[in-house]
Amino acid sequence: MAQLFNRRWNYYAKASIVVGGLSVVAVLGALGAYFRSPLYTRQNEFVDQPVQFTHEHHVAGLGIDCRYCHFSVEKSAFAGIPPTKVCMNCHSQVWTQAPILEPIRESYRTDKPIKWVRVHRLADYVYFNHSAHINKGIGCAECHGPVDRMPLIFQTASLQMQWCLECHRNPEKFVRPKDKVFDMTYTKPADQAKLGKQLVQELHIQSKVSCTVCHR
Amino acid sequence: MASPSASAHIAQESDPIIAPGHSLGSVTEKISSVVLTKEFRPGWLAGFALCAGLVMVLAISIGWLLIRGVGIWGVNIPVGWGFAIINFVWWIGIGHAGTLISAILLLLNQEWRTSINRFAEAMTIFAVMCAGMFPLLHVGRPWFAYWMLPHPNTYALWQQFRSPLQWDVFAVSTYATVSMLFWYVGLIPDLATLRDRAKNVFAKYIFAFLSLGWRGSSRHWFRYETAYLLLAGLSTPLVVSVHTVVSFDFAVGIIPGWHATIFPPYFVAGAIYSGFAMVLTLAIPIRKFFKMEDLITSRHLDNMAKVMLATGLIVGYGYFMEAFMAWYSGNDYERYLLFKNRMQGPYSPFYWALIFCNVIAIQALWSKKVRRSPVALFILSIIVNIGMWLERFVIVVTSLHADFLPSSWGMYYPTIWDVALYLGTIGFFLMMMFLFVRFVPMISIFEVRMLLEQKKEKEAAS
Repeated sequence: MAQLFNRRWNYYAKASIVVGGLSVVAVLGALGAYFRSPLYTRQNEFVDQPVQFTHEHHVAGLGIDCRYCHFSVEKSAFAGIPPTKVCMNCHSQVWTQAPILEPIRESYRTDKPIKWVRVHRLADYVYFNHSAHINKGIGCAECHGPVDRMPLIFQTASLQMQWCLECHRNPEKFVRPKDKVFDMTYTKPADQAKLGKQLVQELHIQSKVSCTVCHR
Repeated sequence: MASPSASAHIAQESDPIIAPGHSLGSVTEKISSVVLTKEFRPGWLAGFALCAGLVMVLAISIGWLLIRGVGIWGVNIPVGWGFAIINFVWWIGIGHAGTLISAILLLLNQEWRTSINRFAEAMTIFAVMCAGMFPLLHVGRPWFAYWMLPHPNTYALWQQFRSPLQWDVFAVSTYATVSMLFWYVGLIPDLATLRDRAKNVFAKYIFAFLSLGWRGSSRHWFRYETAYLLLAGLSTPLVVSVHTVVSFDFAVGIIPGWHATIFPPYFVAGAIYSGFAMVLTLAIPIRKFFKMEDLITSRHLDNMAKVMLATGLIVGYGYFMEAFMAWYSGNDYERYLLFKNRMQGPYSPFYWALIFCNVIAIQALWSKKVRRSPVALFILSIIVNIGMWLERFVIVVTSLHADFLPSSWGMYYPTIWDVALYLGTIGFFLMMMFLFVRFVPMISIFEVRMLLEQKKEKEAAS
């Protein structure tokens, strides 16, 4: 009886093993790369805001402390988005006619808050607490990056769980003295290994890594 | 004294594995004709339609589950494991007979396995599919079920290797993979036979593709035998290990009625017991419907009934030991659970029903007459299937519904969706069996032929 498949099919059959294996690796690899890339995490992406507020100018240029606007960061889970009145503290005196600030003035006149767009978005099922981190010597810049050098704010960290756990598993590598938490120019000393251990002791940092710490 | 011609009949044997009168050609013709026909018999169609209807029930109950969540089931605190785990254990147990028949009986050179191994293995695969559905659905969000497999991820997530449920993942997935490979490798020579005999061009190409270029050269046979033996060797430990790991789901928990060292052997015996019951449940109607009585003879039924009796007695010993250890330990909780709760509590009718099904009813198998009567065996096999389901129900529910703290006691009642999902998997299982008997040779053609030839040689030598 004649063969149904000619000789060439032997090679196709063997090649399919290699090609099949490689394509599985390629697809999984591509997926893995995608989920780690800024395409997915939205790192280093500028976000359109109602007013293009510049952190660089206000923080580095004018020397305004983080807490002037993000007033609840030490006491609450939420760092606080400044109400329009905070802007108007200064902008009723300076740049009062600047066209770029018109949305601020409008919001002030009409008593309707500005709809700022959140840049650092955590998943709904993550209960992050700013005050817990601030009070245990984790600097703002540790997660938010060099905000004082960002004309427009963007997300620098991946905000993925493995990134959270990096610090939760080894807080001594990242902790700084409490009075340096809001210092945007702080750099880690050469003896961070030693200082970190000591700070972990002093600040009673207990590495919390069980699921329910963040997923309640 | 046998005639040397190929169509020679086997000399009358008092209790043959293959009924007399068969030649190599008639075996091939008989088995392959079921597959290689355009005809769909009305009985087959009716059964298939009924099972397909149950698969619709399965689809609906899974759909509603995904929309509403596991809250539609009867599970809640204190009974967090209800039908899902009961059915999982029941189905996985059923699969074990197929592996035992195909692997262990092969290694032990039991000739009678030949005509039942193919569909017992198919039964294993379909049972494992049904079993796998339950834990997948019970996790609540099945699309995250891949989290149970170790893989690089951005959550820095790692599996809890101290949990027996995690061991289950590996045990069951290994079992499913090896069973499937074993079944497929064993099918290759038969698929080639079908390729050569098929008239329909479409069917010819499908069988040619699936038979991987099998030509039956001695090199092919040599490789086939090696691979098959290796797979049998791989499957053999799985017969014991898979249900051992399943029993750890219970035995590792410190709950009265679960925390017992007898669990692994007792579960393995129970698995083989229920598996053989299911093989009988399927084999008896199949051999009748397709007139395969000369290949699946009463000798096969007899042997399977004997295995069922032996494993059933081990299971009965397990029940006895559970009660004995509860009494002998002197532990209040163990004693309360066994004697007050299981035997006299709200679920006691289930306990006594299970004792009747699994211990008392099967004593009938001591009689050779019963072991050779298809009707009696069919009824008994159904009773054992029910009994083994009840066993898992009693183990899961009585231990959980009343634990150490009386204030947290409660009752478990399955909902309509629990029942619908269970019936749905039965429908799925039977539907797959219907498809299998119609589109795949249900008995291994080449192995029966080989057996026939060996018999003839033996006779010629004697």
